[in-house]
Amino acid sequence: MRENGKNPLRFLMLLHRDLALLLPGGRGEAGVLPLLFFLAVAMLYPFAVGPEPELLARTGGGVIWVAALLAAILPLERLVAGDLEAGMFDQLHLRGISEEWAMVSRLFAHWLAFAPLLLLATLPAAALLGLSGETTAIVLLGLLAGTPGLAAVGLIVAALTASLRGGAALAGLMTIPLAVPILIFGAGALARSDTSGLWLTAAISLALAAVAPLAAGGAIRAAREQ
Amino acid sequence: MQARLTANDLACRRGERLLFRHLSLDLASGEALHVTGPNGIGKSSLLRILAGLSRPFAGKATREGRVALLDERLALDEALPLGKALDFWRGLDGTQDFMPIEKMSLTDLLDVPVRYLSTGQRKRAAMARLLGTKAAVWLLDEPLNGLDDEARVTVERLAAEHCAGGGVCVVASHQTFAVESKRVLSLSDYAS
Repeated sequence: MRENGKNPLRFLMLLHRDLALLLPGGRGEAGVLPLLFFLAVAMLYPFAVGPEPELLARTGGGVIWVAALLAAILPLERLVAGDLEAGMFDQLHLRGISEEWAMVSRLFAHWLAFAPLLLLATLPAAALLGLSGETTAIVLLGLLAGTPGLAAVGLIVAALTASLRGGAALAGLMTIPLAVPILIFGAGALARSDTSGLWLTAAISLALAAVAPLAAGGAIRAAREQ
Repeated sequence: MQARLTANDLACRRGERLLFRHLSLDLASGEALHVTGPNGIGKSSLLRILAGLSRPFAGKATREGRVALLDERLALDEALPLGKALDFWRGLDGTQDFMPIEKMSLTDLLDVPVRYLSTGQRKRAAMARLLGTKAAVWLLDEPLNGLDDEARVTVERLAAEHCAGGGVCVVASHQTFAVESKRVLSLSDYAS
């Protein structure tokens, strides 16, 4: 029975549903809001610190990173909680699809739903902040390496807080400290002349992405016992 | 259809309270069990333990054959039309069979978004989802809630057919459930 969960066709069906749920314009409530939020931060920053091109170019990369991190928190509210309430994971479990496996699909879908568009939105954001082409490239590469980790942290936190009242606010607070390593190395890559920061970001991301389905699946199972 | 459901000396704790204890049962192919008892006695908890979804405080439950559970949670996407929402589970269960949808007379509702369905219609949709699993062990938690007389008779008949076909059926309900040769388990007898 349990092996059926690893049937690739069934996994694709699961992924298809998760994507339909999470992609902007899909059924999820978050939609494009995180992106607009992300762009709004990039737009507001020059108003707050003044339009000096030198200052903006020096700090803009870091602002994009912080905005990306905060934007990644927005979709967490409905990432797991809705399906937990609806009994989706119970029904999947009875069909031999473990919570961990469901979370692998959710992680892929969550990343696909927010990272590519975030990378795309980084281009206008970089233009608004007057970043050089070289800096923009490092930010983009850093985000490419860091977003899987952000998605993984988000998934773990969303699963942990899914059964709590007011879990969404708590999810935001819990995500930030867990995402700090990604931020340090990802944004830190901007200040270095070599690519070591990017590689470290990618390494952290991979480790988090590997752990996330196990942690999130365990959290869902624990939520059942309440 | 080969099916068997056994429980050995089960106890269930919820929070600080022990709901029931020393509960054992053994259901073989073709047998039906009606679990009765007042609200909060642990009927739903028992079904979830039998389904393997939660761990008993003590004892052990084992199952042979696939298990399907119908409870108050619909597990259908609220925003989708009923047909599409059911298609997800039909896909996972690998069935193209329209029989469950027809049997629960949902054919006219397939284009209606799930969130607009009434209580009884939602119950019928959940029943159609359960029928699609072709599972050997049925665990039905208050399957008659909100159903009209016609749907009620249909569900009772389907449960009887399921047992006649060698399945096992456990119904938790405070209402009467008309299935021939069923056993009745009053959960109050095991309350601690």
